[in-house]
Amino acid sequence: MSNTDLEIIVEDPTAPEDDSPSVVSTHTIEIIVSLVLLALAIALGFDNWRTGIAWDSTGPQPGYFPFYLSVILGGASLYGLITTLFARSGGADTFVTRAQLRRVALVFVPTALFCLATQFLGIYVASFVLIAGFMRMVGKIALWKSLLTAFVFTAIMFVTFDVAFDVIMPKGPIESALGR
Amino acid sequence: MEAFGLLMHGFAVLMTWKIISLMVVGLVLGIFVGVLPGLGGPNGVAILLPLTFTMDPTSAIVMLSCIYWGALFGGAITSILFNIPGEAWSVATTFDGYPMAQQGKAAEALTAAFTSSFIGSLVAVLLITFLAPMISSFALKFGPPEFFAVYLLTFCSFVGLGREAKHKTVISMALGLLIAGIGMDTVSGTLRMTFGSTDLLRGINFLVAVIGLFGISEILLTMEERLALRGHAAKISLRTVLKVWMDLPKYWATLLRSSVIGCWLGITPGGAIAASFMGYNLAKRFSKDPESFGKGRIEGVFAPETAAHASGTAALLPMLALGIPGSGTAAILLGGLMVWGLNPGPLLFVEHKDFVWGLIASMYLGNVVGLVIVLTTVPIFASILRVPFAAVAPMIVVSCAIGAYAIQNAMFDIWLMLGFGVVGYVFKKIGIPLAPFTLALVLGSRAEDAFRLAMIGSGGSVGVFWSNGLVGTITTLAITLLFWPVIDKAFSGVGRMLRPMAQTP
Repeated sequence: MSNTDLEIIVEDPTAPEDDSPSVVSTHTIEIIVSLVLLALAIALGFDNWRTGIAWDSTGPQPGYFPFYLSVILGGASLYGLITTLFARSGGADTFVTRAQLRRVALVFVPTALFCLATQFLGIYVASFVLIAGFMRMVGKIALWKSLLTAFVFTAIMFVTFDVAFDVIMPKGPIESALGR
Repeated sequence: MEAFGLLMHGFAVLMTWKIISLMVVGLVLGIFVGVLPGLGGPNGVAILLPLTFTMDPTSAIVMLSCIYWGALFGGAITSILFNIPGEAWSVATTFDGYPMAQQGKAAEALTAAFTSSFIGSLVAVLLITFLAPMISSFALKFGPPEFFAVYLLTFCSFVGLGREAKHKTVISMALGLLIAGIGMDTVSGTLRMTFGSTDLLRGINFLVAVIGLFGISEILLTMEERLALRGHAAKISLRTVLKVWMDLPKYWATLLRSSVIGCWLGITPGGAIAASFMGYNLAKRFSKDPESFGKGRIEGVFAPETAAHASGTAALLPMLALGIPGSGTAAILLGGLMVWGLNPGPLLFVEHKDFVWGLIASMYLGNVVGLVIVLTTVPIFASILRVPFAAVAPMIVVSCAIGAYAIQNAMFDIWLMLGFGVVGYVFKKIGIPLAPFTLALVLGSRAEDAFRLAMIGSGGSVGVFWSNGLVGTITTLAITLLFWPVIDKAFSGVGRMLRPMAQTP
């Protein structure tokens, strides 16, 4: 048995280049995340303080437990913020390169649009459009293959959830026109 | 042997065509999920969970746990044939598995991986069979203070023993607990942290968060990588299988050692990833010929795979016995229990015998069936990787959205899922661990209830957590673990100060 030759090869022509310039450093992102978490901790802490963090006749008030969690979250974020600020890593560590960001946006933007479409067109139509569109535009796969795959996948989902398991999914004008 | 009789009863529960076929479906889906890049054990279980909503709890848990076993098996396929670990716990398998494939011994490596996975899980299942009933009957005596102490122990051990920066683990955990508290307060009925939003009234569902955190974020992360791959095709013949099995007794020490490591790390929240590396390193250290590791040695496949599976299975022990999951995937299964209307915890063994023993029996059966399936169908699953990612990615997105929506029939949840996807992506890239977040989300409300009940019982004195020997021991242990890095440093510091003094006279 000497089948040492590679038998499965998949190419990735649109892979992000390795030498792509950095968009933002991990250092910066860590600072931003710490600030966001700190703000969140303050907002939640304030809300819980308003709900009541003291003790009444029945025990701790509803805000008691989450208030102290907000304090812990705030403290940990503050600690993270300070250590990151003083770490002075020089911004050499890349959070994401431009080519990577482009690829991530390539999935993220269609996904967000898909969510929006689900709200108005129902999940089945949105899925069909997402799969067919993504395969055609991003994957550069032949149009008939894209349409067929999208149709088969959506049909399987519809049969599995709507017909077999009775799980209700958001539907839009097309399904109601067909009487489902 | 009460456990044995109950186990037989469990097998009897399983032996229906419906459950057996669900088991096979679950295993195949699981292997699929394990092989595909951008999907893993927790994601697969989270996405496929909605399928089980209309099933009875026993069928549902059998199918879901089989998805989990399948994912554990599937991770090995890509590590050996393509040098791409489908899961983080398969990284150690690539060290020797891929060199073996390059030398034309792919079939041997795969057989070794699957067989040792099987052995690892079997050891862990045996442990569960006999230990879980004992622990749960002990835990029946627990009151709210004890339960809170056990939750505290779980959280503290994550902070103290985790390898990530401590403040990041704390952030992850506190955020998870806070998010679990959003919505209507179960004790007083007051609204908390909703900021007037009607969508937040229901609270943030744990499964929606998990689908976003693991499913969507994983797609984003996978897209960043170069997705080209080159690998070996493999076909496993019966003769290869028998040849590897004949050699098994030679490696009993490695198998046993890895099983023990795996079981231990699975029960404590060390996890399968740590277990696989530890299993590999110890096998290397105890070997007579450590130099040959990394160059295609079959022991280098046995060791990490056994440990990873033992750990992945043992993680279900605390979940069944105490209602505390030992891993991210176990946490999701626990979320499933609540959806099916079961209350996780020690009472499960008393109130739902069919369910618990059916699940334990399905661990035995699922692993046997899984072993047969993977050994016979490897070529098919390896070729799944030929399917371009551009076709797989949108399908995963759709499955995630369906899963998120189905939980509460709310459009808002799809948007939440998207938001958690971004959070998961950023957190993973800056090293904030997601496992404590998941655990905190699923345990949050119960931890808080236990805390409040304990405090009400004691009239507000924290002393209740040291009121008797049991709860005092657990609480003290939890606090020790929380400060373990500091204590450890202090001890070695004192040791260093003492040593020169001992040498001077």
